[in-house]
Amino acid sequence: MASYVLSRSLQTVLTLFVMSILVFTGLYLVGNPVDVLLSTTATPAERLEVIQALGLDKPVWEQYWLFLVKALSGDLGNSFVFNQPALTLILSRMPATLELAFVALAMALVIGVPLGVYAGIRPKGLISKSIMTFSILGFSLPTFWIGLVMILLFSVQLGWLPASGRGETTDLFGVPVSFLTWDGLSHLILPAINLALFKISLVIRLTRTGVIECMQLDFVRFARAKGLPETRIVLVHVLKNTLIPLITVVGLELGSLIAFAVVTETIFAWPGMGKLIIDAIGRLDRPVILAYLMITVVMFSLINLLVDILYSIADPRVRLEGKPQ
Amino acid sequence: MPRPVLSISNLNTSFRVGGEWMNVVRDVSFDIAPKETVAVVGESGSGKSVTALSIMRLLSPANSRVTGRMDFDGKNLLDLPLDEMQKVRGNRIGMIFQEPMTSLNPVLKIGRQITEVLVQHRGMSHADAEVEAVRLLDRVRIPSARSRLNEYPMSFSGGMRQRVVIAVALACSPKLLIADEPTTALDVTIQAQILELIKTLQEEEGMSVLFITHDMGVVAEISDRAVVMYRGEAVEAGTTQEIFANARHPYTRALLSAVPQLGSMTGTSKPMRFPLVDLATGEAAPLKETADTIKTGRYPILKVENLVTRFNLKSGLFGRVSGRVHAVENVSFSVREGETLSLVGESGCGKSTTGRSIIRLTEAKEGKIEIAGKDVRRARKSDLVAIRRNAQMIFQDPFDSLNPRVRVGSAIAEPILTHGLATQKEASERVADLLERVGLSAAMADRFPHEFSGGQRQRICIARALALEPKLIVADESVSALDVSVKAQVINLMLDLQEKLGLAYLFISHDMAVVERISHRVAVMYLGEIVEIGPRASLFENPQHPYTKRLMAAVPIADPVRRHLRRISNDEIRSPVRPPDYVAPKRTYREVSPDHFVQVSDP
Repeated sequence: MASYVLSRSLQTVLTLFVMSILVFTGLYLVGNPVDVLLSTTATPAERLEVIQALGLDKPVWEQYWLFLVKALSGDLGNSFVFNQPALTLILSRMPATLELAFVALAMALVIGVPLGVYAGIRPKGLISKSIMTFSILGFSLPTFWIGLVMILLFSVQLGWLPASGRGETTDLFGVPVSFLTWDGLSHLILPAINLALFKISLVIRLTRTGVIECMQLDFVRFARAKGLPETRIVLVHVLKNTLIPLITVVGLELGSLIAFAVVTETIFAWPGMGKLIIDAIGRLDRPVILAYLMITVVMFSLINLLVDILYSIADPRVRLEGKPQ
Repeated sequence: MPRPVLSISNLNTSFRVGGEWMNVVRDVSFDIAPKETVAVVGESGSGKSVTALSIMRLLSPANSRVTGRMDFDGKNLLDLPLDEMQKVRGNRIGMIFQEPMTSLNPVLKIGRQITEVLVQHRGMSHADAEVEAVRLLDRVRIPSARSRLNEYPMSFSGGMRQRVVIAVALACSPKLLIADEPTTALDVTIQAQILELIKTLQEEEGMSVLFITHDMGVVAEISDRAVVMYRGEAVEAGTTQEIFANARHPYTRALLSAVPQLGSMTGTSKPMRFPLVDLATGEAAPLKETADTIKTGRYPILKVENLVTRFNLKSGLFGRVSGRVHAVENVSFSVREGETLSLVGESGCGKSTTGRSIIRLTEAKEGKIEIAGKDVRRARKSDLVAIRRNAQMIFQDPFDSLNPRVRVGSAIAEPILTHGLATQKEASERVADLLERVGLSAAMADRFPHEFSGGQRQRICIARALALEPKLIVADESVSALDVSVKAQVINLMLDLQEKLGLAYLFISHDMAVVERISHRVAVMYLGEIVEIGPRASLFENPQHPYTKRLMAAVPIADPVRRHLRRISNDEIRSPVRPPDYVAPKRTYREVSPDHFVQVSDP
């Protein structure tokens, strides 16, 4: 176990290193942030001053070297735009995105798994077919369009729920969250549903396929021959086997929920990381982009590690270190 | 006669296939008396398993229909509502299935899979159920039962899993146990253990057993009465003695004559064909004398010296070698032209790895292999192509070894064309000729594999192997997946081809009875080593090594008069996995009689 975590950590460090080189050279090729930062009326002297202040006068490899040295001591540089540490900037926005992502994930599981199980047990029933039609819609309708329609319907027409912002937040263990107050919760509902819709569909489909496959296996037949009632067969024998592939996919999807909630955050003006990164890219704010991507890489690695560990718990046949059985 | 435990009358089962109802079990009637064992025997597609599933009502009601009467405990099982039926299943009637590897849920602990039955049917508390589960595991002779409750099925071997399955089926002391091919997937010594276990438990519990099997040997060993099924009908029923002594139905006679019987070849030295019985008349066709095929005096077609094949098991951060599978350890033998040498042994003994190493599908670690005088292990790629022309392989599963999207004609022609031996036109003539040779017709070349039965496919695989006119064929469990009567035909075909083409076979098999029929010489493998090798007659009539004896004692004999499965040790088949610093001990062999060698030190 320990050596497994260690080797995974080494892989992550290597990924971070390669990624930072790619981003550095990539952004260097795209354009000069000074052009974006300064107004067109700036004098050459002002310009030179800014370039020197940001360290952009040095050759790119030296800039990278300086970044690397600082990064090793935990300093990912100051934002070109806000002149604050990039890391602090991102971390201040992170709780909002995390909350949104986790609520969406919870919705995906709480709604998706039961519907998927139902559709898997009676694949030919009318309700199952309706569930599957819904999931096709959830898959194929673009997120931004659904978001806009939801705002039109629930905020503008019916006036039930607010269309933007995060509402009132309370501190939970020092982290601001929305879901503990009614105002915050009402702000959370629409964006969370919007973000969850695609995932719900995905979970429904995965669960359904898993259940259908599993129902045909020998041990289900044996469980029936044991005289177990159908509910126990489905809830204990089948579901636990179905969860195994689900864990992998859901884990990866959680990563993408957090890292790429950009569209939903933009539509609902949710003050999360997604909006920050879009702005940073527009302004070529290199430290922020780099810090964001590094956090994303670390997060993905952590989630993957977690998935692997969960997977080995759910499926006793999987051993993390590849030991002979 | 006492009142039967289960009385089946006019059982009819149909399946809906593409909108049409197909009758797979027709008018089957039989009774099972208290404490009696009834065997239902038949080949694949005979409807024997469907009969068992019909009794338990385990067929999906959406696309199957069961009619007739099945009286059990004074009630017709077919009339019971589902919740009543669930109280019968696992409680009054226990059932075990063929595949122990898949009958248990892989992600639930063994203990839980046993206790859930007890909680369900006997209303036990969880704690009580756990105590009872330990007792049940003890009863099916699983050592250190208490600690094994918390393990998952993957840490149990096939035989041990089948014991767990039996423990589950017997948890509520059922009146009837339905066993659907419970030993078919197991090795022969393990099969003998499980059969004995079922018999002992039956006596202790006083229950009846319905035993579904394709194996006449198992029928003879275990059953009081037998029902023979053929294409959905019960063609013959009677006491086991009666059926074996004077079968009336032609099919039963055909089935019995095709059963390889260990010990039936005493006094002969050459391989022998199976007598084939006409299914309509029940008459046996006259048996042809087997010609002498071995060509002596020339160098052997295959010579293996000190072959070693090992696989590393790696673990940890740097993939350190934590152990090795000693799959083949210091194996030497030779095969002459026109000769059949059988490698026989149980799973994990290294017989298949030996076969694969010879054709270099697996790289050997040490040793020397010569095919027709050419060194295989040192051969470069171009030479290897030429060597493989002389040595072809036939695999176990005729369903997996043919590409479903390639017409069989092209599949057979492919090696001819790849080796550049003929033009397209000549190749298709060769294909036609080969198909005729293996007993199919030339017109079949345009068909796809799914249009053939298992036996026909294996014939196609043989035709493909023959396409390059090899001198040696490595047949890896080539007849194991086939039904008894088909198996007999394919073996007869292999003997015919040996006679006509002078082929040498390296016949890899776990089935002692088939091996006795087909071989000139036999090598018994155990844990990667040859423990005994010699002429078939000498080895079968005078087995020397304890493992050979054990293997032979475990084979069920298709003769109810000679029931012989007695106390067989409860040993598991050992694993050839060794620590990395393991050094294989030096082995010496003793010559028992001319050419018959037995390993001296015990492995």
